[in-house]
Amino acid sequence: MNIIICIKQVPNTTQVRINPDTNTLMREGVECIINPFDMYAIEEGLRLKERVSGKVIVISMGPPQAESALRESVSMGCDEAILITDRRFAGSDTWATSYILAQAVKKIGDFGLIVCGKQASDGDTAQVGPGLSTHLNIPQITYVKKVEQVSIEGIRVERMTEEGFEIIEAPLPCLLTVVKEINEPRLPSLKGKMRAKKTEIVKWSADDLDCEHDKIGLDGSPTRVVKIFTPEPRKGGLILKGDVNEIVNKLVAEVKNEL
Amino acid sequence: MADSKKIRILEDVCVGCGLCIKACPFGAIELVNNKAVIDFYKCNLCGACVDACKFNAIDLKTTEQKQDMSAYKDVWVFCEQKKGVIQSVAYELLGEGRKLADRLNCKLCGVLLGEDIKQNTEELFSRSADTVYFVDSPHLKYYRDVPYTNVLVELIKEFKPEILLCGATTIGRSLISRVAIRINTGLTADCTGLDIDPESRLLLQTRPAFGGNIMATIITPNHRPQMATVRHKVMQEPPLKPGRKGDLIERKYKDDLLAAPTRLIDIVEEIEETVNLAEADVIVSGGRGVGGAKNFDMIKELALVLKGAVGASRSAVDAGWIPYSHQVGQTGKTVCPKVYIACGISGQIQHLIGMQSAKIIIAINKDPDAPIFKIATYGIVGDIFEVVPALAKKFKEVLK
Repeated sequence: MNIIICIKQVPNTTQVRINPDTNTLMREGVECIINPFDMYAIEEGLRLKERVSGKVIVISMGPPQAESALRESVSMGCDEAILITDRRFAGSDTWATSYILAQAVKKIGDFGLIVCGKQASDGDTAQVGPGLSTHLNIPQITYVKKVEQVSIEGIRVERMTEEGFEIIEAPLPCLLTVVKEINEPRLPSLKGKMRAKKTEIVKWSADDLDCEHDKIGLDGSPTRVVKIFTPEPRKGGLILKGDVNEIVNKLVAEVKNEL
Repeated sequence: MADSKKIRILEDVCVGCGLCIKACPFGAIELVNNKAVIDFYKCNLCGACVDACKFNAIDLKTTEQKQDMSAYKDVWVFCEQKKGVIQSVAYELLGEGRKLADRLNCKLCGVLLGEDIKQNTEELFSRSADTVYFVDSPHLKYYRDVPYTNVLVELIKEFKPEILLCGATTIGRSLISRVAIRINTGLTADCTGLDIDPESRLLLQTRPAFGGNIMATIITPNHRPQMATVRHKVMQEPPLKPGRKGDLIERKYKDDLLAAPTRLIDIVEEIEETVNLAEADVIVSGGRGVGGAKNFDMIKELALVLKGAVGASRSAVDAGWIPYSHQVGQTGKTVCPKVYIACGISGQIQHLIGMQSAKIIIAINKDPDAPIFKIATYGIVGDIFEVVPALAKKFKEVLK
């Protein structure tokens, strides 16, 4: 049973800075990383493979440089990697992105599970995983924190909620989105790194995927960004130091009306 | 030659960087007064400049087919319920939805799915809904992706709302993403601001991206409904008007539409009352400075006094002092309480991403140079082991 992992290469948002002169995002020199949540997806895919056997196929849609994210996934143990890249994909929102990924999954064909991170750290939408399962018309389980049982017929997982968790069973094929609690991602082994260097990264374009042209890129995206601006940076306020009782009395007097 | 209505430079957004000039294969763009200007005689609408522009300053009208949108009206709020109790985020969205509906001069409608909870529709009217769409079925008692998606899709197809709002909860985000694909419309996640453009009647959806480093305003120009999710605590609940009435519209659907491929085996609620970070008005969080699992007792004590929830930084969670469900920050939860009290948290950017939209931030740290003080409304330079218990004692006296 093949397991497909979807990953996204993102700028390390913790390094993104604002240019104080132009008030715009400075992306130059910001390193690109695998979306942090996708690291848990990769690790869970590798662990699921140990339980059901089969191949772990990692896919990513992005510009040509996203190849490095796929190589890193191979170094962790993924068997095959496919880069879905085409200039015509540029401008895709979550609707178009999940359509393109669905076309890629259909081309792969044989799979039992798709594992995604719960969201990407740059866009933070959490929409592509559910969107993908909807395009494929397969069940989804979001916010998975533990896989209790898995076989080629079905899966039983714990799904994180605001109050605790739910235990859910689903038949396969099925799509999971995972949260950090699910595992501790492994580091690449030396052998893995060697293999990653040699592994061919397959590249698929819009034509390879039989994409309908009005469903990809800007044309296939119902949403449009009309304005980007920098939020007013939050400023520090009152600093209190000295005698603990004085500080506490002052603070409580200041904030008690907010409670 | 291009149609000048099809492409334009958004002058407010253009920074004059010149990337579009380099990208244009037809030499159709030049800078005038540090803004890009398109020569429509040369432009052939290829869109290369749109791809090259890092600031989305070029608006290209694409050739996509427009839906007939004239039939779509009203503002809808998906009203999430758990165990028959309508979740507070639904009321917050009704508060925001009321403002949008008044600006559009249309109705505000709630959508409620569940079993035997018809009486709860009264609450939605008293929270300013004009109409409530209610679907009663044992299959809808608990949230499950497929039946909820099917029902919401059917209701949208039949009644055609112009706008649909939904809480950015574990239910809302799972549900509404599916609905957007099925209905073929746009969806904007985690909006912090919603407004109506008076001329076009478009919903202007503003949300943070790149860890809150930038804000983007997003529209869905040619598809309906315009759909957005909003996090807990971002919008204000409307005033309660007991006895206010509205129209109740009920629908029944066949079992095959309500069947779910997944099976809900159990719902486990973690006993701790201090976990639900999303709904808390006050969050008391502990970081590396707390120093151990046992020391989280004093954090919990302060949270209990303030009727708040307990949060934690990543380092406290990774050290095993407190479960992941408490983690606030990039790989944990994003929260928006009225008051956030950070105890022994230095203020790594990953943590700040998750809590910097709190109304008031109180930081307690012994290091006067800790980055958390740069964003704290009140910064206390001191030992958390003295300050936190003293705060708990004092708040207990004052809040009695």
